[in-house]
Amino acid sequence: MKKQVTLIKEYTKGIWETNPVFKQVLGMCPTLAVTVSAENGIAMGLATTFVLVFSSFIISLVRKLIPTQVRIASYIVVIATFVTIVDLVMKAQFPELSVALGPYIPLIVVNCIILGRQEAFASKNSVGRSVTDALGMGSGFLLALFMLGSIREILGSRTILGFQVMPNFYEPWLIMILPAGAFLTLGLLMGTFATFSARKKRIEREFILKKHISSRQIISATEGGAE
Amino acid sequence: MKTVVKMIVTLSLIGIISGGFLSYIAAWAAPKIEKHRKEATAKAIFLVQPEGKKYESVEKIDFECYKVLGENDQLLGFALPYEGNGFQGKIRLMIGIKDDLKEMTGLQVLEQVETPGLGTRVTDEDYLKQFVGLITEPQIDWVKGAAPDKSNEIQAITGATISSKAVVLIVNDGIKKLRSIKDSGGKL
Repeated sequence: MKKQVTLIKEYTKGIWETNPVFKQVLGMCPTLAVTVSAENGIAMGLATTFVLVFSSFIISLVRKLIPTQVRIASYIVVIATFVTIVDLVMKAQFPELSVALGPYIPLIVVNCIILGRQEAFASKNSVGRSVTDALGMGSGFLLALFMLGSIREILGSRTILGFQVMPNFYEPWLIMILPAGAFLTLGLLMGTFATFSARKKRIEREFILKKHISSRQIISATEGGAE
Repeated sequence: MKTVVKMIVTLSLIGIISGGFLSYIAAWAAPKIEKHRKEATAKAIFLVQPEGKKYESVEKIDFECYKVLGENDQLLGFALPYEGNGFQGKIRLMIGIKDDLKEMTGLQVLEQVETPGLGTRVTDEDYLKQFVGLITEPQIDWVKGAAPDKSNEIQAITGATISSKAVVLIVNDGIKKLRSIKDSGGKL
């Protein structure tokens, strides 16, 4: 039987263990393209999370009714519906954001994070778990985009969310707001996170090893005593 | 056979529900989007024609152009949205010009995808205000590295010469188009 994990674990795995950007390396197009500022990153992250949560909700709700042969087509139609809603609402209520994010909002339809979660999770799990999973993945994506956007904005234009944080004598690094800056920042962040998880894994392994060795010693000691 | 029917029914149902839902949202959003577009145009028109009080679209021409009217409905000049090639992509401008087409009243950049930090400086106030009161005959020219000494010249931005030139060329093109209509006896 499959081991059931807790809902909290279901949520947090999207933020750290299987973060869509840093660990699964999914959704790279919006990640690299829109993160010239922290605000853009947040907007893109929120839009994707919205689509992800609602698609997961609908898909997990009707997962038993959809014939397997047409499941991908059905997912895409559902996802596209929510993306169009986001696009229209953004154009109507936040025209400036909509100009800044430009063609990347309609492209959420083909964002592999969303389709990936529907196929890998929402189509096999209950509504509650699917929504939790979607929220987790969305938060992970939002966090990654915010980090990337903040770093690029601070180094590239001295500000964060429009507030100046770097002194005037600091000359902004132009490369950070150019596409190359996105690749550099993403690479360095991924490297940092990979180092952290590698260290965590090593510590865990050493811990288990130590426990194993010490328990062996105890066993051999007791065995020795019995003889 | 049964699966085929099931597939068709499922997909059709999903399509119909999504479509119905979307048409509802679109009906709500359409007037708002239209309003934002109009506001953006109006804002740009009054920025390039600061004395203008009203504007109306010029009819019977095959491109977008606006007549700008002053306080007593007298014709002040025109506001012409015009686009052309920049360094990386299209630059779309709003050109403000007096009614005799001989002097500019202002310039705004509506859309551009120039290099951030370099070409994007054509949207800076310092660059754009050079166009206020600029003489457009015989054409607008640019100079590099020094202050212009003729009344039909502007100074190109150091490090963004191509974008600066592109803006001038687009403005010249737009004015030429207006002039050709005027010269051929057309009414503006």
